[in-house]
Amino acid sequence: MSNIEITGKIHSFQSLGTVDGPGVRFVVFMQGCPLRCHCCHNPDTWDINLGQDYTPEQVLNKIVRFKEYFGENGGVTISGGEPLIQAKFCSELFKLCHKNGINTCLDTSGFKLNQLIKNLLSQTDRVLLDIKYTSEEEYHKYVGANFNSVIEFLSYCNQIKLPVTVRQVVIPTINDTEENIEKLNLITKTYSCIDKVELLPFKKICQVKYDNLGINFPFKDLPTPDKEKMQYLNSLIKI
Amino acid sequence: MQHDNWNGFNCGLWQSEINVRDFIQTNYTEYTGNCSFLTKATKRTSALMQKLQILFDKESKQGGVLDIDTTTVSSLTNYSAGYLDKENEIIVGMQTDAPLKRGVNPFGGMRMVKQACEAYGYSLSEKVQEEFRYRTTHNDGVFRAYTDEMRLARRCHVITGLPDAYGRGRIIGDYRRVALYGVDKLIEEKKKDKDNLKLNNLNTEQIRLSEELFQQITFLGYLKQMASLYGYDISAPAKNAKEAIQWTYFAYLGAIKEQNGAAMSLGRVSTFFDIYIERDIKNGVLTEESAQELFDDFVMKLRMARHLRTPEYNELFGGDPMWITEAIGGMGENGKTLVTKSCFRMLNTLYTLGPSPEPNLTILWSKDLPSEFKKFCAKVSKDTDSIQYENDDLMRPIYGDDYAIACCVSAMKIGKQMQFFGARCNLAKLLLIALNGGYDHTTDIHIGPQMPVLNDEKLDYDKVLERLNVYIPWLANLYVNTMNVIHYMHDKYAYEKTQMALHDTKVGRFMAFGVAGLSVITDSLSAIKHAIVRPIINEKGFIVDFETTGYFPKYGNDDDSVDSIAKDLTHKVITELRKTPTYRNAEHTLSVLTITSNVMYGKNTGATPDGRKAGEPFAPGANPMHNREENGALASLNSVAKISYDDCRDGVSNTFSITPDALGKTDEERVENLVNIIDGYFTKKAHHINVNVLKRDTLIDAYNNPDKYPNLTIRVSGYAVNFHKLSKEQQKEVISRTFHESL
Repeated sequence: MSNIEITGKIHSFQSLGTVDGPGVRFVVFMQGCPLRCHCCHNPDTWDINLGQDYTPEQVLNKIVRFKEYFGENGGVTISGGEPLIQAKFCSELFKLCHKNGINTCLDTSGFKLNQLIKNLLSQTDRVLLDIKYTSEEEYHKYVGANFNSVIEFLSYCNQIKLPVTVRQVVIPTINDTEENIEKLNLITKTYSCIDKVELLPFKKICQVKYDNLGINFPFKDLPTPDKEKMQYLNSLIKI
Repeated sequence: MQHDNWNGFNCGLWQSEINVRDFIQTNYTEYTGNCSFLTKATKRTSALMQKLQILFDKESKQGGVLDIDTTTVSSLTNYSAGYLDKENEIIVGMQTDAPLKRGVNPFGGMRMVKQACEAYGYSLSEKVQEEFRYRTTHNDGVFRAYTDEMRLARRCHVITGLPDAYGRGRIIGDYRRVALYGVDKLIEEKKKDKDNLKLNNLNTEQIRLSEELFQQITFLGYLKQMASLYGYDISAPAKNAKEAIQWTYFAYLGAIKEQNGAAMSLGRVSTFFDIYIERDIKNGVLTEESAQELFDDFVMKLRMARHLRTPEYNELFGGDPMWITEAIGGMGENGKTLVTKSCFRMLNTLYTLGPSPEPNLTILWSKDLPSEFKKFCAKVSKDTDSIQYENDDLMRPIYGDDYAIACCVSAMKIGKQMQFFGARCNLAKLLLIALNGGYDHTTDIHIGPQMPVLNDEKLDYDKVLERLNVYIPWLANLYVNTMNVIHYMHDKYAYEKTQMALHDTKVGRFMAFGVAGLSVITDSLSAIKHAIVRPIINEKGFIVDFETTGYFPKYGNDDDSVDSIAKDLTHKVITELRKTPTYRNAEHTLSVLTITSNVMYGKNTGATPDGRKAGEPFAPGANPMHNREENGALASLNSVAKISYDDCRDGVSNTFSITPDALGKTDEERVENLVNIIDGYFTKKAHHINVNVLKRDTLIDAYNNPDKYPNLTIRVSGYAVNFHKLSKEQQKEVISRTFHESL
C-alpha cells in the first residue's frame, strides 16, 4: 500500500472467545473509549494512550493462525474499549479478514455514526450492539452520551440490512424492570435487523481493575441479579 | 477355514489367516446417526453397580486396598472363580477369587510386593517368599546389571519412573483374537510358527524366540483352563455377542493375572464387538437394552481391575490406575468411518454407570468423523470430564486403521507392534546439572561429564546451548543403555507370555523414551536468551538459584520465538537417543507426557531460570507452565501443536481445562464450540488433548469437602483420576493450573 500505514491502539487479544458473537472467535480488544458507563467492566481500556500499536496486517497475521478453530460460524470479534473511535483501523482489519474468508463481528455501543463508521459497517458481518439503556434520560445519566445517536446507528444497520444482536447488561435497581424489556421489545419490533437479544447479568469482578486504577466504580454497591430474575426477564423477550 | 460360529459373517482374508482387521473391515456397519437410540441403565445394571459402589467406598475408606491374598502368586489358574453377584453378572471373571481382592505378583520384583503388603497391614506369606527364594525376579536381574552411573542417574532423579521394580506394561494383546478364532486355532498357529523357525543355524534371537513361543503356547493352554474355572470353553470361536465380549475379557483377564505392568491397556474392541451385536440384533436374539447391558457389565469388570502397589506409587499416580485404554472411533483407510453404534454404547457407560477414570476412553478423532458422533463425544466430555482425544488423521497414515493406544498416548498396531516402556528424563534438571558442570545440588550428586560451573555474571544463551550439546548426548546414551538393561531383564525374567501369544510372532518393537519439564526448560532458555538471568552461587560454588529480570516470551502464547525452543529441544533429544542402538532393535520413540508425576518432578528439581522456585511443580506433559498464557486457550493450544509428532511418536500430551461459561452460553453452543476447538487443534497436527470442562470453584470445594464428590473425575495427563484419590499436593497443583475462563 502506498498510503501511510494505519495503526490501531490495542488493549489485548483473546484467542478463545465464545460469548462475543457466534461460534469460536478471536477477540481483539481495542484500547480507548470516550464513554464513561457506570457499569463498565473494562475501565483499563478507557485511556487510548495505554494501547499497543499494531498495523491491521500484524493483527491479521495473529488471527489467521486460529482460522482452523472457527468452524462454520466463528471468526473475529472486535471489542474494546470502543472500536468506533478507531473505525478506520477496524475497517482495514475487517477488510483483510474478509479477504481471508474470516467472518467479522463488531462489539460496540453504537454511540456515533459517520462515514468512517459506515465504511466499517460495510465490512462487518454482525453487530453486537451494547444498548445499555432504553431511554434518553438513563443514557445521559449513566453513560454520558445521547441515546438518539444509538438509535441512529441502529437505523443505519437496519437500512443496510446488517444483522444485529442487541445486548444489555441487566443492572438491579436501574434497568431490571419489565418496563425496560417492553421498551427493548419495541426496539426489536421496529428494527428488523435485530435477530437476537441477549441479556447479560451485571457482574462486579471488575472491581479489582478499578482498585488498581485508583478510580471509583460507580455501581460498586449495586447487587448482581439473581438467576431467577434473569430467567424471568429473558422470558419476556420477544424476538 | 469355516466355522459354524461364523455363520452370517462376510467371507474374507480373516478366515485363512489371523487377521482381525480384515474381519472388521469386511463385516462392520458404520453408524452416522445420533445418540438417541441409546438406552438407560436397566434395574439389573443399577443394582449391580450399586453393589460395586459399596465395595469401592469400602476400599477407599480402608485407605485404598480392600483385601490382599498374600499366599497365592497371581497367575491365570491360581485362584478359584470369583464373582460380584453370580446370579446377576452377565460377564464373569475376577483377578482373584473375590472382587477387588488383590493378588501378589513378585515376578517383576519382590521388594515392592513386600512393601505394599506391609503398607496395608498385611505381610507377604512365607510360602510365597519360599517359592521365590530360588527364582530371579526382573528387579533382581536389572540391579545385577545396572552400572554405577545408571544407579546415580536414578538416585538424582534425572531419569525416573523406570520400570525396574514391577511389570513394565504398555503391551496390548490383541484380545479380540480369542473371541474371533478361539484359543485352539491360536495355539495351532503358534505351533506352526515354532515349527517353522529355522533352528539349523542357531543364534541368540532365534533361541530366545523359540523359548518364548513355547511359553506363549503353554499360557494359551492356561487361558483355556482359566475360562473353564468359570464354566466356559473358549477353545472355539465365540458364537454370539455375549461370548465375544466374554472371550475378549477372559483374554484381557489372563493378561492382568499374569502381569502387573504399569499400563495394561485394552486396545480397540468397541467396533469389533459391534459386529457380533449387529448379528445378534438381526437374528432377534438381542435388544438394544441387552446390548447396553453387555457393555455395562464388561466395563464394570474393567473398573474392578487392580494391582497391588505401594502407597508411594499410588501417591505418584493419583490412585492406582491401570490405564485400561480403549481406543474408540477413527476412520478406515478407505475413508469410511469406523464409528459404530457400539462406540456410542461404550461411551454411554459413563452415563449408565457414572463417570469414571477407567477404562481410559480415548477418542480417535478425525476431521471426517460423523458430526453426530463428534457432538456426542463433546457432550460426554462436558458432562463427565472422563475422556481424551487423539489425532487419528495424524496416526492413521503411520499405524493404519487398526491401531490402539497403550497407556495414555502411545500408538501401536494391535497384535503387530509392542513397546518397551521407558518412563522419562527430567530436562529441567538436566539444564541445572549442565550449568553446574555435572552436579545435582538437590541430591548432592556428581554425575555426567565434569566441567567448571557456568558461573558467569549473566548467563549467555550460546554458552548454555553449548553446555546442553554436551549433556543431552551424554544423558541420551545413558538413558538408552539403562533401558536396554531393563528390557533385557524383563524379557528374561518376566516375559509377557499371554499378551505376546496374542501378537504376531514377528512383532515390531518400539522403545519409548520420555521427557518431563519441557515447558520449564523452554521458558528457562527463553529467559536466558531474551531477559537477564544471573546465577546465584552458594558457598560451595554451585548455582542454586537465579535472578531473572526483564521480559521474555513464554511458551503457551503462540509465539514462535519461544515455541521453537520446545520444538528444537524435542528434536535434539530424539536425534541423540537414536544414536545408541536399542535392545532387540526397537525403534526409538519419544513422548512428552508426565502423568501426574509432574508434581514429583518439580519437587526434585531446584529453582530454574524461568522464575519457577525450587520444588514447585512442573506443568503436566507438554502443557505450558500454569498461568503464563496471556492470549487465551487457543494460543496455548497452538504452542503445543508445534511440537512435531515425527519427533515425538510416543505422544505429546496436553491437558486442557476450561470453565463451562468460557465454552459458550448454552449447552448446545458449548458442544459445538468444543467440537470446533478439537477440530482446529488437530488440523494443526497436534496429537493429544485431555478436556476438562469444570470450574475451579468445584475443585476447591472438592478439595475441602472430599465426601461431597466421591466420583468427581478429572483428566490429568493422558488419563483420568478420581479427584479424591490425588494427594493434597496434587490436588493443589491441579487447582493452580490455568483454567481458561470467560471475561
